[in-house]
This record gives sequence, C-alpha cells and structure tokens, in this order.
Amino acid sequence: MPKKHKFSVNGKRVEVDADANMPLLWVLRDKLGVTGPKYGCGVGVCRTCTSHLDGEEIQPCVVPVGECKNKEVTTIEGLANGDDMHPVQQAWIDADVGQCGFCQPGQIMAAVSLLQRKAKPTDADIDAIENMCRCGTYPRLRAAIKEVAGMPMDPPGNGKPPQGPPEDTPPNDRGQGGSGQRPGGQQGKPADGTSTDGEQSGDKESGGLFDGIGSAFGG
Amino acid sequence: MAEPEPTAQDKGRGLRRRKFLTFLVAAPTLTVAGRFGFDALTEASALPSPPALEDIADLGDAIRLASMPTTHLMVLEVTEDTTIRFELPRLEVGQGISTAIAMMVAEELDARIDDVNVELSDSRPELHFNQITAASTGVRILWDPVRRMAADARARLINAAANQWGLSAEELTTQDSTVRAPDGRTLSYGELAVAAREESSTGSKLKDAAEYTTIGTPVSRTDARDIVTGKALYAMDLPIEGALPTVVARPPTINGTVESVDDTKAKSMPGVVAVTTIPSGVAVSAETFYEALQARDALEITWGAGPIDGMSDADIRAKLKSTSQPLAAPKLRGSHLDATFDFAFVNHAPMEVESAAASVPGDGTAEVWMPSQTAIWAQGVIAGELGLNRDDVTVHVTRAGGSFGRRLFADVGIEAARVSQAIGRPVKLMRTRQDDMKHGRMRPAYHQKIRASYAAGEVLSFEHRVTGVTLDFDHGLGEALTSTLAQVAEGGAGQYYFTSSQSMPYHVGAVSQTLQEVQLGIPTSSFRSVYSGTVRAAEEVVMDELAEKMGKDPVEFRRKVVKTSSGKAVLTKAAEAAGWGKDMPAGHAQGVGYHAEYRSHAACVVDIDATDPANPRVTKAVLAVDVGRVVNPKGLEAQIMGSTMDGIATVLRAGIHIDNGAVRENSYGDYLWTKHADAPVTCEVHIIPATWNPGGAGELALPAAAGAVANAYARATGTRPRSFPINH
Repeated sequence: MPKKHKFSVNGKRVEVDADANMPLLWVLRDKLGVTGPKYGCGVGVCRTCTSHLDGEEIQPCVVPVGECKNKEVTTIEGLANGDDMHPVQQAWIDADVGQCGFCQPGQIMAAVSLLQRKAKPTDADIDAIENMCRCGTYPRLRAAIKEVAGMPMDPPGNGKPPQGPPEDTPPNDRGQGGSGQRPGGQQGKPADGTSTDGEQSGDKESGGLFDGIGSAFGG
Repeated sequence: MAEPEPTAQDKGRGLRRRKFLTFLVAAPTLTVAGRFGFDALTEASALPSPPALEDIADLGDAIRLASMPTTHLMVLEVTEDTTIRFELPRLEVGQGISTAIAMMVAEELDARIDDVNVELSDSRPELHFNQITAASTGVRILWDPVRRMAADARARLINAAANQWGLSAEELTTQDSTVRAPDGRTLSYGELAVAAREESSTGSKLKDAAEYTTIGTPVSRTDARDIVTGKALYAMDLPIEGALPTVVARPPTINGTVESVDDTKAKSMPGVVAVTTIPSGVAVSAETFYEALQARDALEITWGAGPIDGMSDADIRAKLKSTSQPLAAPKLRGSHLDATFDFAFVNHAPMEVESAAASVPGDGTAEVWMPSQTAIWAQGVIAGELGLNRDDVTVHVTRAGGSFGRRLFADVGIEAARVSQAIGRPVKLMRTRQDDMKHGRMRPAYHQKIRASYAAGEVLSFEHRVTGVTLDFDHGLGEALTSTLAQVAEGGAGQYYFTSSQSMPYHVGAVSQTLQEVQLGIPTSSFRSVYSGTVRAAEEVVMDELAEKMGKDPVEFRRKVVKTSSGKAVLTKAAEAAGWGKDMPAGHAQGVGYHAEYRSHAACVVDIDATDPANPRVTKAVLAVDVGRVVNPKGLEAQIMGSTMDGIATVLRAGIHIDNGAVRENSYGDYLWTKHADAPVTCEVHIIPATWNPGGAGELALPAAAGAVANAYARATGTRPRSFPINH
C-alpha cells in the first residue's frame, strides 16, 4: 500500500509516495531522478549501488524505502562539496581508476565507508571490499585507497546538515558547479506522487533532451 | 557569412552550438599494414614454422582496409568558442578510446586537451565498415586518419591567421588552441573558426614523433570527473521523456518460447501500463522498475521448450568431443605430447546489464539509445524487426558500462523497439542480472586437442584441433554486407575469423590449427580475445609441458623459439622484473605466458599461492608489452591490467554451468568473477618503447595471463590443468 516516506537525500529533504517495500534504489532512480547509484544485481552482491544511510554503507537495491524514515541518504552525487572533490574522489581521478566507470560510484562510497572506519586500511581490509569491478580496476582501486589512507575523511558534502525548505535544486543537482552537465532527473522533474521540498527541477533552461550530454560521453 | 543551420542530427541531440569549421578531409593515403615478416632465427635449433594468414594480414588489417574509403566522412569541428568536437564512430566501453582520440586531436592540432570534446557518433550507415568496435582496432585504425584530420585543421587555422595578419603561414606557430605571430599577437582557434572555413589546408603536415608533447604521455581519462561524481550517464540514466521502465519475463530454459500468457493479475497491479508478448518473453512496462518487476513475477506463463532442453554440460562436452576430428600427426614413440582441454561457457557479465531505450512513435520512425559496438548493423536489424526503412531508424550510441564483446549484438535494442512499437510509448528496457546470466550471450564452450612431437631438443610439429559451440558472427563487420556474408558463408564466418586471428608465435615446426563448430542454438558472442582466450591459453600450457619434457626452463624455451625480437624482449623483461626462478614456499609457484596478436606482444609472469588448491590466489602479476607507438601509457596500462584480471578469472573460477537446457548461475554470488580478494596485490605493467604504428591492446594480455596462471597453478600443485575454469 503506497504511503508517504520522508527522509533526506544528499542534504535535501524529500517526501515520496511508494510501497514501503520498494527498494531505495528504485525510489532514487525512478522517483527522484538520482541516477548515480546503478543497478547491477538487485540482490546486494555486486554492490554497484553502494551508498550511505546515516553514514553507514548500504546497498540501496536491498534496503526498503520504509526503513529510511527520517534518515539521511548519501549517494555519489552528495559526496563532493560543490566543485571540491571529496579526497577519495580526487584520489580516484589522480590514479585514473575508472574504466567503464559503472561500478565506481559504489566503489568510492565503499572506500569512504572503509576509510571512515579505519583510517589506514591493510591489504586484508581492502580485500574485504566486496564491490565487483568487471573491468578489473582492482590494482588501481587498491592504490587509490592507499594513497588517501590516513587523510582526514570529512563527511560527505563536508558535513553540511540536511537543509530544509526553501530549496531551489533537486537532490541530484548538488555540486553541479560549472560542468554544464545536468544529471538525469527523469523528465526533468520527479514522477507523480513525489516532491522535493521547494520543488523546481532545474529544467528551466529547458533545451533538448541531451543538452550537455557530450561531456558525459568522454568529451 | 551566414551561420550554417544545425543538422537534423544536431537538433535531435539538442546540440545548438554554433559551429563553423567542419572538416571532411580527403581520404588519407593508403598505408601499408604494420609489421609483418619475421626476424631471422637467432637460435639454430628451432625448426621454423611458416607464417599463417594472421601473420600476413590479420582481422584488424581487414577491418582497416574496409574502413579506409570512409574515413574522410568522419567529422571534426572547431566552434567559435574554441570547442573542438570529434564525432567518434566507435563505442566507449571503458577501453579509453575517447581519451586516446582526444590526445591525437590535441597533439596534431596543438589544442588544449580540455578543449577537445569526443562524442560517440549516432549510427551512420554511410560509414559502412567504419563503425565497428572490435578486434582491438580502435587506435590501430584511427591513428592515421584522425591525426591527419587534426593536422589539416591546424593548417587551415594557421592560413586564416596568416591572411588576417598579412603574414606568411611559415612565420606562425600554434600552441594551446591559439595561433601566434612572431610579435606576440595571438588568435584563438575559436576566433579563427569562421575564416578558416574558407581556407585550404596547404602546408598540412603531421608532426614528427620527436615533437610530441601529448601522445606518449600519461593522461587521465577525459571523463574521470564525470565517473567519480556520478555524472557519467548510461542508457538507463538518460532523461528520455516518458520512457517507461520495462522488464521481460523470460523462459526457464535458454531460448524457450512463450506458449500462453495470463496477465490478468499483473495488469491490475499498481503502476503497470502495458504487458506485451515478444518473441523472447513477456514484457511489462510500468511507472517504475520496481512495479514492473513485481508485475512480471505475477504473470502466469506457459513456456515452450528451448533448443537444448534436456542438455547439460556433460552432454555438450560429449557432443563436442564426438565431433572433434582426430589428431593427424603420426605418433612417434616417446617423443610426442598429447593434451586435451575443455573450456566452460563464460558469461561476459558487464556491470551494466544489457539495456536499451526506444521510442517508436508510430510515424514510421524509431530512435534507440543503446551502447552498441555495431551501430550501423543494429540500426539495420532493428529497422528490419520493426518493418521500417533503415534510414528512418536512428541508433544513439550511449557509453557502455563494460562490454567485453557482449554489445556486438542488438538483442535488447530489438526488444525495446518492439515493445515501444507495440504500446506506442517510449520505453527503457533493462535485463535483470539474472536475465543477463541466464539468457545473455556467452563465450562458447570448447573441446581442444593438441599433439606436439619433438626430438633432440626441438619441436617438430604442433597440431591443434579446436572444437566449439558455434560462435555467432551474424553482426559481420558491423554492417549489412558482411553480416549477410557471415550468415551464408560455407562453414560459418567463424572459419575466417579463426584463420585471420590465430597463428603460432613460436617456431615449433609444422603447425596446424583448425576450428570446427557445432550449432546448438545457444546464444554466443565474441568474448575479449575471442578464440585466442582459449586457443592460446591451451597452447601456452603445452609449451610449458614441452619445456619440461625436454628439460628446459619455460622462459628460456620460449625465448629460444619465439618468432620475433619483440616477443623475445617482452619475455625477457617480464621474467627479469618478476624475478623469474626465485625461491618460493611449498604450494607457491610462478608461471609464464606469452601472446602475440593485433601486431602487439605481451608476456606475463604471475606468482600464485595454491596452498589451498581449491582456493588459489594470484598474488602478483608482472606484464611486459610491446604494442608499437603508445598513445596513452596510462590507458594502455589499464587495459593490460583489466585483461589480466579476465585471464585470472576464466582460468581459476569463472565459468557457466548448463543444467537441463538452462544456465545454473544467477548473479555474481554464484558466478565467481575476480573480486578484490582474488586480484593480485601487485600488478606491474612494463611498456617496451617502440616507434612503429600502434597495434591493438585491449584484448592483448588475456591469453598471456591465462597461460601464465594455468602454468603457475600446475607448477604449484604438481597437476596438469585440463579443464577450465580449474575450480568450476
């Protein structure tokens, strides 16, 4: 039975109409247009969708939205503080970790979680990360984690507390900076039955479906 | 001058930037294919093996020659805001082709790499053979034409500046996307873009390699920031207006059929918009994927049998074995080695499940968004399935979350287009991981027999009979003509691909490598390294066993009989860097493997810990490669590491089981691909500098790594691995 669920995504309060059993992954992707967390298996084994719930690592594909009440969800989109990359993101860029890139949002969120728990992880700690990377970026993943080991791990978004209304951007639009890339809010606004506080989906410049998409294609 | 109208394609993509300088350069000079021919034998005792077809003109050469006539149709643009845009007729699957192309353009244009924007081109049938991403040919084929286009653009920009300043072109220099005069004046490429349209490319000249400042330097992926911020968009992330999430209920066995459907309950469920029966199953379209999945599970479907219902691994293996031709070389007593190998099916399992969005509005047109390695072919087959004209269908190529050969076909694109056509709404159709495991195309299973004879310390003959489930090449070279040829070719297109990709990189006397295929109706697709992933791995195992029989060190034996100096160099480098021959504890060992293909060479030495033979781990991998001129060492290293991980996975643990016509595995929980805990803690890649044109690199290391891992396991455990993956 659909009901309203209130929680925060990347510092924005949201309210979603959904079956309480609906996995958070599909709420994020299909109702809120937050597409950083990817579907990889739907059963929590590939961990491609790895995100944080109240600072703890979760796999949104197996967490029902009903368990998120009044909690703070952080996805890859909420990790940077504006244009300032989180140290783990920067380490990933410096080590040129990504290949196809699909699993990397989850890898980064898993690494942040590990480094928050243990500032200087051992090889065994890194071995215990279960996130799949089919491109086989493991050597560089390991190098990037070691590179950033011991650095202070600011909370995602530099710890800014969830902001209440009024808001002028949807949860997935944080940290856009000047990249010109507008992430895929489905149809530019949340689906029916969903609202982000303050509404407004950043589609006022409108343009075609693929404005700015070139940069996401490697340009 | 009037601003040119945006093309229809630009309008479709919402690209409304003003563009001024579009180059359609003349066809480049036909260049002779890279290195072939052999170095003189340096060791008197090796019995020379004659060259195979692959040695003379391999698959990459064929694709390059086929693509030559249309390279001039590729598009490079300079806009007034100094954006340099290149439409890449290839798929970015993570191999870094976009970055490598941006580097080539930046180099020859003297542009800032940040100004270069490489976008994946929509399907363009006029490119014919020049829009296929396969056979490690991306850099190898585009190396010449892309650099020439950029050099021509640079010449035209210089000529425009010379006119504007009243100076001679020879006095001007270029740097950082600007033309510079001797007195210090500068004009940006954007400022010159309008005038340059009218200029000739007189004076165009490719740089000497000694002048390179970008090519050959380590450059991070141009999309690295998009990747780490979640802004990299894949097919299912695209904001396609009104596209309904869609999943498909699929049969319990491979290629089973739909006999009847009761969708009463499913249609009454929340969010469900439509239920559509398609040949591969029953599609449910809903407001969210969650609702689509819930309704899919409520469908009541009677399924018909698939082509291999009742068959299991043992039956398939027996079928391959009974089809396999006998070895023909005469057995000489005491001086031959016979070995028989079996390889399981392997699922590509890219992280992004097969997915496609489609809009077929009923006005005779269709748009499909999908990661396609063969966009032109996909456009044609989708048009055929929909009953539309090919030119009224557009395939928008989206970046891929991995491929490894899976995206040579258009299966989900066809499914999405069919559903959209049936319901009159745009859809985004996604396979679940279980769909992808149980119904996705696979690397075929193989049964392989090798007989090598030897006498007096040298190998006299090497015979290799490869028998496999038919590998589907219906995509041809990515367009209609070769697709048709592939489907009607006597003995299947596999014979051509086999002979144009397989050769023996050693002098081992008389060599015979043959392929037989058995059509079982199981969906297959080329897997990274294609035939070499199993054929060369088996041969590398036999090379080790021959060395042992003849009392030789495996590295020294290979160094002695390898055909090329490049091969010898990579073997030497890998062995030195890995400390070949070092003391190791019981249950630990080193193994070596070597492979040459795509005009490139790779040697791999691994250290394995097999103290628990059921749970071995490769602890260290050292690779040495010679791929000719290196465009981006960072990208090359990534590809070598990645294909090494594939070699480890396919030899040790990752294989598919077939039980009564169905794939047993469901997901990464039971399909045991390499994870952090299986990956070597240390992985070194040593690049041998070379000055000839780039060879291929994306698939190169897999066969070498597979051979090295199998050999290391054999030495550590005292066994002779014959069935792969070893721990299946």
